[in-house]
Amino acid sequence: MSAPSKTLSALMPGDVPAGDGRRALLAEIDASCRVPVLFFVVSGLAWLLLGTLLALVASIKLHHPGFLASWEFLTFGRVRPAHLNTVIYGWASQTGIGVTLWLMCRLCRVPFVAPGLATVAAVFWNLGLTVGTAGILAGDSTSIEWLEMPRYATPILFVSYAMIAVWSVITFRLRTERHLYVSQWYLLAALLWFPWLYATAQIMLVMEPVRGTVQAAVNWWFAHNVLGLWFTPIGLGAIYYFIPKVIGRPIHSYYLSVLGFWSLALFYNWNGLHHLIGGPLPAWMITVSIVASVMMLVPVTVVAINHHFTMWGHFSKLWHSPTLRFVVLGAVCYTLTSLQGIANSLRSYSEVVHFTHHTIAHAHLGVYGFFTMVMFGSLYYVLPRITCREWPCLGLVSVHFWACTLGLFLYVVPLSVGGFLQGLAMNDASVPFLKVVEGTLPWLKLRTCAGLLLGLGHLAFVANVAWMLARVFGPYRKPVVALLTGQETPVVVGK
Amino acid sequence: MNYGPLLFLGILFTLASSWVGLVLMPNRQLGGLTPDTSTNAAGVVVVYPQARPGEAQQGAEIYRSLGCVYCHSQQVRPEGFGSDIERGWGKRRTVSRDYIYDKPVMLGTSRTGPDLTNIGERQPSVEWHLSHLYNPQITSKGSVMPPYPFLFEVRPVGARGPSADALKLSGEHAAPAGFEVVPTAAAKQLVAYLRSLKTSSPLPEAPLPRKGESDDAKSSATATNTPASK
Repeated sequence: MSAPSKTLSALMPGDVPAGDGRRALLAEIDASCRVPVLFFVVSGLAWLLLGTLLALVASIKLHHPGFLASWEFLTFGRVRPAHLNTVIYGWASQTGIGVTLWLMCRLCRVPFVAPGLATVAAVFWNLGLTVGTAGILAGDSTSIEWLEMPRYATPILFVSYAMIAVWSVITFRLRTERHLYVSQWYLLAALLWFPWLYATAQIMLVMEPVRGTVQAAVNWWFAHNVLGLWFTPIGLGAIYYFIPKVIGRPIHSYYLSVLGFWSLALFYNWNGLHHLIGGPLPAWMITVSIVASVMMLVPVTVVAINHHFTMWGHFSKLWHSPTLRFVVLGAVCYTLTSLQGIANSLRSYSEVVHFTHHTIAHAHLGVYGFFTMVMFGSLYYVLPRITCREWPCLGLVSVHFWACTLGLFLYVVPLSVGGFLQGLAMNDASVPFLKVVEGTLPWLKLRTCAGLLLGLGHLAFVANVAWMLARVFGPYRKPVVALLTGQETPVVVGK
Repeated sequence: MNYGPLLFLGILFTLASSWVGLVLMPNRQLGGLTPDTSTNAAGVVVVYPQARPGEAQQGAEIYRSLGCVYCHSQQVRPEGFGSDIERGWGKRRTVSRDYIYDKPVMLGTSRTGPDLTNIGERQPSVEWHLSHLYNPQITSKGSVMPPYPFLFEVRPVGARGPSADALKLSGEHAAPAGFEVVPTAAAKQLVAYLRSLKTSSPLPEAPLPRKGESDDAKSSATATNTPASK
């Protein structure tokens, strides 16, 4: 490891040197990102709305099993995996890719390389997802968690992903900024880890399934790493970029950022088999994953110190910046969900919460509370810059933030408690099973209320984005914001 | 950390470690498991596990397609860890060898419904399963399992009287007068699969607990995992 630079550039996302031409170069980079990044983000939002709708249907079915029961394609066992795949691969992955592309350009200090390649990749990604989601609803789900899309859809996604990986290597090679800011370590790692994970899982589980419980090992090695080595590095990379950027203050410690990155790289990828505690696999496999899960205390603590100490004393800025509000909420949720995950991986705790709704609450604290919140925050920063337009309605921003925050709280807290009680009741053999089921109903109904709040937040956000895009492409175009173009006088693009 | 190649190698080697440890090694240890051959008390040679017969195998595809795995697990945890055995979900814990013919392996991560590892022994009645699938409230009042009306056909009773396999329904769930509820081929296949789910044959690595020696049984059930090799 090279000696850390003591200069500010090691501690700030130094995407361009200060001075003459600074805004102009930033504006050129942002403008070059417009088409590919918008394509990923806008299609991500469309999948978010579909995924939310599927989630609501699934949630209502769990307390009113007769709801929409006569349609085979809407049975719970199909709607639930359709929800997971649309929000994971449709919303979170696509928006994550969109934000990553923009961050890579900014941090490498190069205008978007080969925008056509990335746009074609986005088209393929959406094509694969459409085919895959339709396949799940039609009954071709593989029933392998996180990999439900049928084998005729996944190669399309893989082709798309390969194009993005090629793009990222080209961009990295063409970089004009020699300093690698901490966000770039995380983003580069995510871009390289994901194809390996996906290819291994597809080959060993879907194309040529391995024998017996080896499938379960590969399944959870993959599924946990989608969180740990794909969403987590993108989310952490974005937090490391946006917190210092918005508050104008360097990150707390360079040494801690190095330690946090490498300890995450070392330990996170060994965590997956803690999903099989009590299961039929040999004890060593599960134990090694529990050990690695506990070791996650190192990167989690280090990253928490680094993020929260950077923010320390600057909380008043949360009122002014929606980016900061969402990103800091995401950073707090990352700390919480990681600590909860470590607890869940212990045998004694898992004995109670495994197989219950507690796990579902935990998953949403991670993918929603951490990753989705960070992505919302990132979009509040990125979209005005690539469209050169301000957010049209601040009221919608408030609705978005408060509906999603309250919805998240109402989702995670009651369901964690309800799941824990469900686990205690299930482990008491004197409680009849149907009594256990009955005990979960109030919590499941609260979950549907939470889902409605989240849906309201999503609609507010999508309305704001649509309004903004109407000012770019629609008949009522508004002039661009001068500051964002790097020019002295306002110009109207497209006229 | 401004040196690209070092970062690159670090990224690749870290993932390679768990790829070897949690993907290749399990495949090496468990990928070649074969059925166990033993002789039971009556002197009959028993081979366990065995591949499913055709109709049950077709039913496994229905189970996969309808996503039953999202609410039902198929794994029995060891005695003393949870209440799986006390609830009667199995006589012994399940081990890797129980699953060698499953494609995909559907261990499950949720118990919104009960575990189904041994449902074939716990509930052998075809009639029960069909009624339960048609509408779970018939057999299990208060269940949150969805009804599967699309696995059944509601049709007029023919001139020769009710079909042999028509469901015997009464009260609020009964078919309208002059109609009968008949299971489709998919429903029958699914029930054949559910009835084939039996994991109570002993294996050397997971013997059945013996009566009166529960301490011994407990230790052998929890201490043993899977054989180090095939």
